[in-house]
Amino acid sequence: MLLDVRNVSKIYGTSCDQCLSLTGVEHDRAICPECGSVVAVNSISLSARKNEILGIVGESGSGKSTLLQLIYQDIRASSGEIFFQGVTDKNGQPSNILHEPPSAVSRLRSKEMSMIYQNPRLGLNFLFSAGGNIAERIIGAGERRYDEIRSNALDYIRRIEMETSRIDDYPEEFSGGQQQRIQIAKALSSSPQLLLLDEPTTGLDVSVQAKILDLIKELQQDMGFSMIIVSHDLGVINHLTDITVVMKHGTLVEYGLTDQILEDPQHPYTQLLVSSIL
Amino acid sequence: MKKMKKRNMHAGPSLIRQSENRMKLDVQNIGKTFTLHNRNSVQVCGFSNVSFSVNRGEMLALTGPSGVGKSSILKAIYRTYLTNPGSILFHRTDGSVINLASCGESQVLNLRRREIGFVTQFLKVLPRITALQAVASPLVELGETEQTSSLQAAYLLDLLGIREELFHISPLTFSGGEQQRVNIARGVIAPKELLLLDEPTASLDEKSSDRVLELLMELKKKDIAMIGIFHDKGKIERVADKTYNVQREDSPVMTSSIQQEAA
Repeated sequence: MLLDVRNVSKIYGTSCDQCLSLTGVEHDRAICPECGSVVAVNSISLSARKNEILGIVGESGSGKSTLLQLIYQDIRASSGEIFFQGVTDKNGQPSNILHEPPSAVSRLRSKEMSMIYQNPRLGLNFLFSAGGNIAERIIGAGERRYDEIRSNALDYIRRIEMETSRIDDYPEEFSGGQQQRIQIAKALSSSPQLLLLDEPTTGLDVSVQAKILDLIKELQQDMGFSMIIVSHDLGVINHLTDITVVMKHGTLVEYGLTDQILEDPQHPYTQLLVSSIL
Repeated sequence: MKKMKKRNMHAGPSLIRQSENRMKLDVQNIGKTFTLHNRNSVQVCGFSNVSFSVNRGEMLALTGPSGVGKSSILKAIYRTYLTNPGSILFHRTDGSVINLASCGESQVLNLRRREIGFVTQFLKVLPRITALQAVASPLVELGETEQTSSLQAAYLLDLLGIREELFHISPLTFSGGEQQRVNIARGVIAPKELLLLDEPTASLDEKSSDRVLELLMELKKKDIAMIGIFHDKGKIERVADKTYNVQREDSPVMTSSIQQEAA
């Protein structure tokens, strides 16, 4: 098991002991009626194995991006446990990364896990060149030799099918689709075991979207990392993922093989979602 | 027919023990009901009380009128449909048995990669890939080189009568029959132990259909177990070892071997 998420919740607000039990899909709300706190993620458990591709779907505000940020430790969970392969305590037992010291979390974020954001400004440093952005991550993963860093950065620029002559250009000199490619190169340059993608192609035109998704799929097959991809587009989910998680009001509504979710959805909300495909 | 008899005649005591282990798939009393929550929770019966088994190197043909649930049964075995009740026991080469109706998703994914193949009725590929890539991709995904996979794909496409000039064009631009053959080539390129075939010869002319049936006979010789849906009685007699007649609701279902029918 590469990633094991157990009962993770995120509550914004004062929170009370009824927040989790009075919200979720069965109550059709994410705001606690007792204390008014927003329950963004409510007791979610899921796991990802090596080479597996998970999709998370759900409407806006269902908590899917928050869940991704909780896994990547961009934000801190209110409760629950997250285990990541190789993160162990002194006795060699799996250790909850929520209780690990910041140095261990930082190592995990800079080497083993990478995140690709919908907004390239969150994933790229716009004060650094494209090559500088990639180099930043390669250095973060432990490489210190200049020649290695430069040649690795060039290699990843090639992998995203971009002219290597543009390595020293700054992100704002690239189009939206190209910025996403640079984010992909940066994220993968540490050879992570898990790639998290938050709506990576939303807002891009369809031809660019197809190219980016094909690139992601090709690199995944080449490098063999696991992925969790958040999207509200069932076409993207169908194209990329093996397993799909459906979320609503912060709770997990349904979990299954992607073709099963699309062809034999069980939950009323999933059936509504699937019947809404254009 | 003659071949089958010959094989049976040579089945001595040592082969009897082997035959006990030849079971590939054992479907026990499965049923499927769809609950349409957004249509006043109306329940639609897909199929019920379905039981059959398939051995290695054997082809079972599912028969019955349209809409009786034949394709749904194949989808249930492949776990695209969830079933309730019943069990679908898959016998692996190492002797272990997995219930496909209830095992974990990751286990199903692993089995789909290496052991269970599904030739669906219609080709589903992206419009950006060529026929050769579409056929080669299952092998590439298993770690085979692009070159070897492409050679094997070209061999299969040629075997099924697809002209070479079409190899580098998107198969979605092909005729129905050509698409179906691309789909079959794609379904058989990676060696699997159980192959599900949903009307593999439905839109093929006689010559193409012959080529597909010959290919399926070859797969049987390689000990691959198959479950196929065919409407043509002649084809069933040619390729299947036994049939399972799917019927509506609780009416009795019959399993018969082709030999018995012929006798």
